[in-house]
Amino acid sequence: MPKIKLAEKAVDLIREICTKFNNDEGELINVLHQVQSKLGYLPAEVQEVIARELNISVAKVYGVVTFYSFFTMLPKGQHPISVCMGTACYVRGAEQVLSEIKRQLSIEVGETTPDGRFSLSCLRCVGACGLAPVVMVGEKVYGRVSPQQVHKIIAEYKEGCAAEAKTA
Amino acid sequence: MEIINLKIDNKPVVVKKGTTVLKAAESIGIDIPTLCHMKLDDLNIENKPGGCRVCVVEVKGRRNLAPACCTEATEGMEVSTHTMRVVNARRTVVELILSDHPADCLICAKSGNCELQDLATRLGIREIHYKGEQSTYREDTSPAIIREVNKCVMCRRCETMCNEVQTVGVLSAVNRGFNAVVAPAFEMNLDHSVCTYCGQCVAVCPTGALTEVDETGAVIRALSDPTKTVIVQTAPAVRAALGEEFGMPAGTLVTGKMAAALRRLGFDYVFDTDFAADLTIMEEGTELLGRLSAFMEGDKNVKLPILTSCCPAWVKFFEHQFPELKDIPSTARSPQQMFGSIAKTYFAGKLGVKREDLVVVSIMPCVAKKYESSREEFAVNGNPDVDYALTTRELAQLIKLANLDFRSLPDEDFDQPLGESTGAGVIFGTTGGVIEAAVRTAYEVFTGKSLPRLDFEELRGMDGLRKATIDFNGTPINIGIAHGLGNARKLLEEIQAGTSEFHAIEIMSCPGGCIGGGGQPYHHGNAEILKKRQKAIYAEDKNKKLRKSHENPYIKKLYEEFLGAPLSEKSHHLLHTQYFDRS
Ligand code: SF4
Ligand code: SF4
Ligand code: SF4
Ligand code: FES
Ligand code: FES
Repeated sequence: MPKIKLAEKAVDLIREICTKFNNDEGELINVLHQVQSKLGYLPAEVQEVIARELNISVAKVYGVVTFYSFFTMLPKGQHPISVCMGTACYVRGAEQVLSEIKRQLSIEVGETTPDGRFSLSCLRCVGACGLAPVVMVGEKVYGRVSPQQVHKIIAEYKEGCAAEAKTA
Repeated sequence: MEIINLKIDNKPVVVKKGTTVLKAAESIGIDIPTLCHMKLDDLNIENKPGGCRVCVVEVKGRRNLAPACCTEATEGMEVSTHTMRVVNARRTVVELILSDHPADCLICAKSGNCELQDLATRLGIREIHYKGEQSTYREDTSPAIIREVNKCVMCRRCETMCNEVQTVGVLSAVNRGFNAVVAPAFEMNLDHSVCTYCGQCVAVCPTGALTEVDETGAVIRALSDPTKTVIVQTAPAVRAALGEEFGMPAGTLVTGKMAAALRRLGFDYVFDTDFAADLTIMEEGTELLGRLSAFMEGDKNVKLPILTSCCPAWVKFFEHQFPELKDIPSTARSPQQMFGSIAKTYFAGKLGVKREDLVVVSIMPCVAKKYESSREEFAVNGNPDVDYALTTRELAQLIKLANLDFRSLPDEDFDQPLGESTGAGVIFGTTGGVIEAAVRTAYEVFTGKSLPRLDFEELRGMDGLRKATIDFNGTPINIGIAHGLGNARKLLEEIQAGTSEFHAIEIMSCPGGCIGGGGQPYHHGNAEILKKRQKAIYAEDKNKKLRKSHENPYIKKLYEEFLGAPLSEKSHHLLHTQYFDRS
């Protein structure tokens, strides 16, 4: 894992959030939640600061971060892709869709492409079972996705970015 | 106190309210198998995650089976512990655990001592009906401990020891479901973590997931190398526990048989760490008196309390967690390292052997001693003062390998000059012993008077934190004792806050002190064993003709012939050390 040095500002932000929760170790999950929503992810250095502030071991913080799939230690891509693995989606082929995405982007679940454009995660039922299998890119929901459609969906965002780059 | 009446396997039982079904059954001799549960009485250590479900029993009127280890006995309860339904449920649980467990019992370091293996035997498992994926984790090797995570059954006992008892916080359950394991933060190696190598996680792990680094092979090679002179030292706590490995009752002293066994294994000289413990008292006691007198003369810079420094896990603990206090502990090296240093200078000189050709092996109750002997400052040009540090368990292994009938060996003596010791050296093996040994010598040096008594009952016992005031002929000396690093932390926080009332503090990392060390025969959750070992240590002390370190004739001779005086320049060079900020 590459070591990063946290900016003073980030450390202050984490401290602030911890103080808001009275530096109470019982609030660890809420603290992690808020810090992730501000910083986007929870790298080792961030977990170390949180552990110090709440006066618990880093191992414990890490234990909680790895227990909940919601938390991530890697920065999310510009376009986070989530594949629903709920029962309905699963039986209608979500796994094949997932492996196709993995193949095309050459990343595993929980990883981000080297160019930082896409990241990949799995979700439990997102409540759109009628559309199973469901894939989300950012906020946008794609229903009845087949492995064959994966290429097109990804291309949308690649081009989208290229277009943005042009106009910029 | 409320009383509860219940029936277990149709036998009536009366217990206190709050007792678990497991304990209630135990009280009438019914043994319910367990895996994750662990309770060390008197030490206030308990692990009951209720996760493994091996201990399930049937309770009349309840639909589901109940885990006995975390179900309270209630009035009128009727419990069955071994019905077909219960036994089948247990077998299923154990088979499921085994379906994700490497089946390498034949070559596992824990074989014969493994609680999972015992369970499989007891439940007569001959087939595993569940075939599933096997988890594969890399092995993690450190200077003292090996983690074979594939063998982890997630009982989380190690977590309880590391987090609650030791407050070191290295180990935690990480990931979820099939991938769940106990690991250091970011799954880093132990070596990179703040692990103290106290080995208390190893002492309680039911399987081969946590074991000590095995150095028996290296010792056998040294013993069969004709160009090497191989000498051995044995720590005080070993003699009070080694017999257990050969079926002798806990608390049997086997000092003489151990010396005989070591001689038969081929060691050229069989020496005693107790000798070095006497030497430690000379150095540490003098340091204590020096600081005390300076303090009484009004020196404001003097660092008090003085803290003992014989326990390497404790040393690593404060180097990580309290680096700003690193000037407070005594600079005296531990007995193991003093022995190594003297052996490779004084004794090598006497023999006319080069230090490279002298191999020093130690037998320790301890896992951290392996790490200590590998610290760079304890080597000269890359040649360590102590070459190999074996645990009590590893020594037992060697004795079995050599096919020695341990129980019928004669009682033999240690060799001289590094084998003579006093009772003060012996009690280093238990909590309270180091400071009692120091008091016996410091008192006489300080007051110039002979001690009216030698047994300081007020310093003994099993409470995690103890204190006593000893009257040094009109000067009251306040002494603190802690065993278990969580207890040590409390005393250190007082020092940090400037509220510590003590002049001297003894700290040992392991519950009970070295008698409960991470390298001792497994106690399998029976804390009575520790008390029996402690008793044995004090009995050995009582049996000794000499019981004060400064009366050891060979220690006197060592100072006359070689060192000069305690805290002399030579002593500083060979017997003292410095500490590092590892935060
Ligand atoms: S050796 Fe001690 S400090 Fe290290 S992981 Fe085990 S219990 Fe924790
Ligand atoms: S490493 Fe051993 S003690 Fe720790 S959870 Fe796994 S099996 Fe239990
Ligand atoms: S108390 Fe003794 S056995 Fe335990 S770590 Fe310290 S020196 Fe080793
Ligand atoms: S299972 Fe995928 S949306 Fe419900
Ligand atoms: S021993 Fe009771 S649940 Fe594990």
